[in-house]
Amino acid sequence: MNNSWKLYWQLSIAMIRTGILGYGGGPSVIPLIRYEAVTRYRWMEDDEFGETLAIANALPGPIATKMAAYIGYKLKGNVGAVLAVITHILPSCIAMIALLSVVSVLSTSKVVAGMIAGVAPVVAVMLGVMAYEFAKKTIDGLGKVMGIAMFLLAFLLLETVHIHPAIVIILFLAYGSIHFRTAAKWKKEHKNKESEKA
Amino acid sequence: MTVWIQLMIGFFLANALGYGGGPSSIPLMYEEIVSHYHWLNNQEFSNMLALGNALPGPIATKIAAFVGFDAGGWVGMLVALGATVIPSAAALIFLLRVLEKHRHSLVVKGMTLLVQPVIAIMMVVLTWQMGKSSISSIGIWHSLGIAAVSFWAMEKLKLHPALVIVAAFAYGGIVLQHSM
Repeated sequence: MNNSWKLYWQLSIAMIRTGILGYGGGPSVIPLIRYEAVTRYRWMEDDEFGETLAIANALPGPIATKMAAYIGYKLKGNVGAVLAVITHILPSCIAMIALLSVVSVLSTSKVVAGMIAGVAPVVAVMLGVMAYEFAKKTIDGLGKVMGIAMFLLAFLLLETVHIHPAIVIILFLAYGSIHFRTAAKWKKEHKNKESEKA
Repeated sequence: MTVWIQLMIGFFLANALGYGGGPSSIPLMYEEIVSHYHWLNNQEFSNMLALGNALPGPIATKIAAFVGFDAGGWVGMLVALGATVIPSAAALIFLLRVLEKHRHSLVVKGMTLLVQPVIAIMMVVLTWQMGKSSISSIGIWHSLGIAAVSFWAMEKLKLHPALVIVAAFAYGGIVLQHSM
């Protein structure tokens, strides 16, 4: 099997796996997609994954298929994007059409309810680990003081003022675009003042 | 033919206006599927949603596949899926391509850095919500126990999350069904 086919194969397997193991809609599948793309196959760095996720969150539409499409595109262009989305959604779409006749059995079954409930804590752990890793990146990049200030600001805007996440992301992106320039300027002025004093 | 165009418009609108992923689009889909085009009635919609929630995978595409197939056959399914997935995926790819070109500029580096705290907070909130709903459905001890074992398995033993999820399914199907 040459490399190109191997990559198509890995992409399909990764997307099928995330598609059939992600319970609870888009957000719960994000840590699984990250595991395949960042940890297992190293198709992208965590930074890039975070950035992709942020921009995907700022755009409308289902989140998991946007992520699948971008990962596929990054690896294999348009063909990769189409393949990733199809392999991610097809198993559950087929099951949906095939199983409607047994809907009442499935949705009232205690075994099915128990299975879904059993996965919720696992998903919570995966989301928590991801939160920790993005928080660590923030502190590494911005330092403790500014990092914590940014957490508080993000929390305040999202959870207390209830500003739409898309708007919060756009605000932070806007500041981010001038962050390094501002920081450099601030440092320079600070230095000048110090030397004036001396 | 008309139904295919209607499927395209209906699913495009429901998803293009839904922010925050699939689940937030459900009320908009209800509007198109039940109120506007009458592809399903209220009872059928809630049956479909129950089945969709019992199956894995993204919810928006499961609904699109089912309603598209029901209203317009296999072509209908493809049209509804395309209208759900393609516009937002294309927009994301386009935006990231623009960023990729300027990957090494300080502007893009700053943007990459400053979205991390927002993502971290959003993940904390999701963790909290997922934990809360788990505790209210299976109680605090089951939730904490499964969480502790899965943390140990994934972070210390470095097991593939798929194995952990399959194990959690098994535990849920065998043990938790009695507390449902």
